[in-house]
Amino acid sequence: MKTYTYTEKKDTRSGFGAGLTELGRTNPNVVALCADLIGSLKMNQFIEENPERFFQIGIAEANMMGIAAGLTIGGKIPFTGTFANFSTGRVYDQIRQSIAYSNKNVKICASHAGLTLGEDGATHQILEDIGLMKMLPGMTVINTCDYNQTKAATIAIADYDGPVYLRFGRPAVPIFTPEDQKFEIGKAVKLTEGTDVTLVATGHLVWEALEASKALYEKGISAEVINIHTIKPLDEKTILNSVAKTGCIVTAEEHNFLGGLGESVARTLALHNPTPQEFVATNDTFGESGTPAQLMEKYGLNSASIVEKAQAVIKRK
Amino acid sequence: MPNTQQLKDLTTQVRRDILRMVHKVNSGHPGGSLGCTEFLVALYSEIMDRKDHFDMDGIGEDIFFLSNGHISPVFYSVLARTGYFSVDELNTFRLINSRLQGHPTTHEGLEGIRIASGSLGQGMSVALGAAQAKKLNGDTHLVYSLHGDGELQEGQNWEAIMYASAKKVDNIIATIDLNEKQIDGATDDVLPMGSIKAKFEAFDWTVIDIEEGNDIDAILKGMAEAKAKTGKGKPVCVLLKTMMGNGVDFMMHTHAWHGKAPNDEQLEIALTQNPETLGDY
Repeated sequence: MKTYTYTEKKDTRSGFGAGLTELGRTNPNVVALCADLIGSLKMNQFIEENPERFFQIGIAEANMMGIAAGLTIGGKIPFTGTFANFSTGRVYDQIRQSIAYSNKNVKICASHAGLTLGEDGATHQILEDIGLMKMLPGMTVINTCDYNQTKAATIAIADYDGPVYLRFGRPAVPIFTPEDQKFEIGKAVKLTEGTDVTLVATGHLVWEALEASKALYEKGISAEVINIHTIKPLDEKTILNSVAKTGCIVTAEEHNFLGGLGESVARTLALHNPTPQEFVATNDTFGESGTPAQLMEKYGLNSASIVEKAQAVIKRK
Repeated sequence: MPNTQQLKDLTTQVRRDILRMVHKVNSGHPGGSLGCTEFLVALYSEIMDRKDHFDMDGIGEDIFFLSNGHISPVFYSVLARTGYFSVDELNTFRLINSRLQGHPTTHEGLEGIRIASGSLGQGMSVALGAAQAKKLNGDTHLVYSLHGDGELQEGQNWEAIMYASAKKVDNIIATIDLNEKQIDGATDDVLPMGSIKAKFEAFDWTVIDIEEGNDIDAILKGMAEAKAKTGKGKPVCVLLKTMMGNGVDFMMHTHAWHGKAPNDEQLEIALTQNPETLGDY
């Protein structure tokens, strides 16, 4: 079995910051906007190098989304930065009308998604944003898993013409994808080959799925781990090819089971190859204060939960 | 010097278009459309420095954003009659498979439209973004926008108004259609806003009043004054005092025609008051 290790942990938001910095040096049309969270979004370097291409909006996210839409008229490629909650739910109608329906080339970059935001609690921990964004026609939805992938995704979306929601997080997590990877929107990455169960994960849960696959291997279970960084458009082919072999699947995400990756996968399976599926996701609940690790354990979003669900879904074959 | 008679003829024809469009589908918003007819005719015929073809980026020309998208009938008619698309297409307003949606959209590729609007309060932010893009591009042309007075009840406007002066976005002229009416009645009855002028001035905008907002000459004079105030470090606001339903006697002095179409008999009376000038579509 192919195994993954890491030597360093880093936050995915720093991957965004690094990607944005590189874009600042290579693409003169890239501009950045922030609603009073420069430090949290790691945008300092871009701002230092390109002060004329940065727009501090203040605490006014609705205005930020509208200004971003307007900046595309004139050929700019705006990257907005704030927390996931304030990037989506707070400004849903602005995104819907001025960006998605108007098909504006805005990159909505959202940090501190999900429970791993931690101690600030449920007011800031959005677990509904993937659903909100994937429901918008024409919106691409990406949730990256580590520093390197987030950096690569940030750079890649500048070359794609259309609105994108890029979701990443706050805590330091293992770096296990290659530094020089080519990020392809909508193309899943198969991390391990397996025959007994497919584990499809996105964001912070990808590493947990790899950890789960090791534990399952020790129990004599062969798991195929797929990193789904793009939830929309979904790489249906890779998922269907995998379940054709394994006959069952576990989806894992730092999001409500309603509206998340799991539901998108379930639709694909229902249409093409009905297959037993278990969901590692939050169960229609808000989060709460705590450390990221405590929260992921309490809400069942870690490798132990994936192992448990994998064993359960194999029995349903 | 503009030919005032030509502008007046165009205004009358646009009024006829508005009335016939909303009558045909028995829906749409004639009141605000008629109130802003002179303004949009003047803007597209005389005030803006426009290219003769449409491109989304609008680099090297003045551009306009309609924030109060429900007055789409006047917008569509003026766009068609100033050459963006065929006037025959006005026939398709609000019909299925039409590019002339109930509220304007870029979705259908209609020339002249750069943003969807209809859900209120979003156009000021968009216009500011476009104005800042012009500055980045070294483009000295202006961004114009139009907003309803009732629309200012949406909070996003005040985020944008605060931002515009803080960031010295001085290449924008935002016009407020001050007709003092909204769907449920007079703005002073629905949600009194006090002095809109004092509010904009408190947010450090330059404010120009156009008291006769349905008079072409007054509009041209006021907008020239507004244009002269751009580029001086402050955003510019025009308070355009208009009459909802202007040009049709029974639609004036009431909010009743905000979102209601005339019936056959009412249309005939209204068209009689606005005889054909440039040819109906």
